[in-house]
Amino acid sequence: MSNAETVRAPYDPAVLFKAAFLAAVAVFVLVPLLATLLGGFKSLGELRVNPFGLPRHWEWQNYADILFSGRYWQLLRNSLIISTLTVTLTLITASMAAFTFAHVKFYGSSMLLSYLTLGLLFPAATAVLPLFIKVRDLGLLDTYFGVALPQVAFSLAMSVLLLRRFFRDIPHELLEAALVDGCSYIKFFRYVTLPLSRPILATVGIITFVNSWNAYLLPLVMLNTDALYPWPLGIMVYQGEYSSEWHLILAFITLTILPTIILFLLAQKHIVAGLTAGAVKG
Amino acid sequence: MARRIAIVSAMGVADETVPQAAIRGPSWDGRFTVLILFLPPALLLFTLFVVLPIGEAAWYSGFNWNGFGRPTNWIGFDNYRFVLETRAFWLALRNNGLIIAVSLAVQLPLALTLALMLAERFRGAVALRMLFFMPYILAEIATGLIFSFVYDGDYGLVASIWRTFGAEPPHLLASTDTAILAVLIVIVWKYFGFHMMLFIAALQSLDKSLIEAARIDGATRSQALRHVVIPLLYPTIRLSMFFAIVGSLQLFDVVMPLTRGGPADSSNTMVSFLYNNGISRMRVGYGSAIGVILFVICVTFAFTYQRWFMRDE
Repeated sequence: MSNAETVRAPYDPAVLFKAAFLAAVAVFVLVPLLATLLGGFKSLGELRVNPFGLPRHWEWQNYADILFSGRYWQLLRNSLIISTLTVTLTLITASMAAFTFAHVKFYGSSMLLSYLTLGLLFPAATAVLPLFIKVRDLGLLDTYFGVALPQVAFSLAMSVLLLRRFFRDIPHELLEAALVDGCSYIKFFRYVTLPLSRPILATVGIITFVNSWNAYLLPLVMLNTDALYPWPLGIMVYQGEYSSEWHLILAFITLTILPTIILFLLAQKHIVAGLTAGAVKG
Repeated sequence: MARRIAIVSAMGVADETVPQAAIRGPSWDGRFTVLILFLPPALLLFTLFVVLPIGEAAWYSGFNWNGFGRPTNWIGFDNYRFVLETRAFWLALRNNGLIIAVSLAVQLPLALTLALMLAERFRGAVALRMLFFMPYILAEIATGLIFSFVYDGDYGLVASIWRTFGAEPPHLLASTDTAILAVLIVIVWKYFGFHMMLFIAALQSLDKSLIEAARIDGATRSQALRHVVIPLLYPTIRLSMFFAIVGSLQLFDVVMPLTRGGPADSSNTMVSFLYNNGISRMRVGYGSAIGVILFVICVTFAFTYQRWFMRDE
């Protein structure tokens, strides 16, 4: 923007207002997060009289107890298994379908693609009861696959669209040349399309991972055994058991959101790209 | 998850076709192999776990059925009547309306203001963007639990503020008057960053020369904002409104850890109402009827909105 703005005096009321506004929003966002982190370092008694401030006594024990209990790690493990299954299956099935829609002309192609994209309109919650019955009839209730397969199905529409759009940018002439040279569609997909598409595969993979990692309703309906619970279910059970022992619950929350925050900091570029890709056309 | 729906229109699926070159493509055999290997997995999963259950919801909603054995007790549209006669359903519907209203009237203006402030590069802008986006990345469940601590009448932040003024702290989540208000604040906290990011992405892809031209022609900063920047953002604003409304209609995970829809159904959303009345008691017919009603509302809204507001994109 123009120079006049960058050299504006610091006491300019507009600048001050802007700074104050941003600071207020930052406080609004940060206070609950910091209170959670710090609350886990307090005793229950101190939490009651001092929910805001720094702990007078840092109770590392709260965190240690959770980290040394098998329970926390079991929840993370379950979440990791379900999310990894979901991401792997989504990437495989969506990239194959997207490749077909991008590069193979056949009768009914656009109809099938429209059919698949209808998935963007279907909220998972509306059909969750029949979904439960279907998963039960397939014998998948209370299994990791019982959660992962519906999650894959619900993430397909979005994933196929994003991948297809990217695959189409790989020149069709390249595929034709390869075919003339005796390469097959499948080899081209495997050795040209996929390696060239790493950025979009990462974006789709990470978005799918975050959605699956945070999911609550589907696991809630499909899993009955505590031992299989992913962390959002596990933390609700934990909160139920420790009802008002907030210091422990806060420590537990902190430890469960930590992986999310680390992933976010590592992959924020992909996450933001994925969320805004469909929404904003360049 | 719920917030992606509008992308159908945004990505312009229908208007593209495979390039002509593809039609002249080599042997049918090669393509045939790809077709029978590559498409079925996705189509099968999608049909089995997305499309069929929605059809089945419509079918099951005609039965009085607890989910065991086969449904035999056909009662026609009675389940729909039962749902519509339940006061709690209308409360849930009203709450979804409130959530939509707050999303549109508070959340989006806040997001837009912040985006306008943070789209420019200055020290700390990127860090603030990331900070404001952080709540969106957190799981709904974690968010709900964090705020049930914030609102806790004995240990929470709100309670301690009350106590410093010497008043008896309220139990916000336990009162039918305040529970839904408390939920609304959490929703703004959690989702404004998502909309801010949409706006920032749009602002960064704007054609800067239009704004510069307006400035050169003598428009003040706020005039350029009002008459150039905001109109250029209309497509994104419409999309953001769409996400906000569809997301609001499907809200569930945040409500569970905060109130479970209570007290006395005062903070239910349609999905938590569906969960509490259909799923947790396995009233399959009744629950499916709620699901179908929600489905009809969402789809009707989506199509109407796209037809009326997003046609030109």
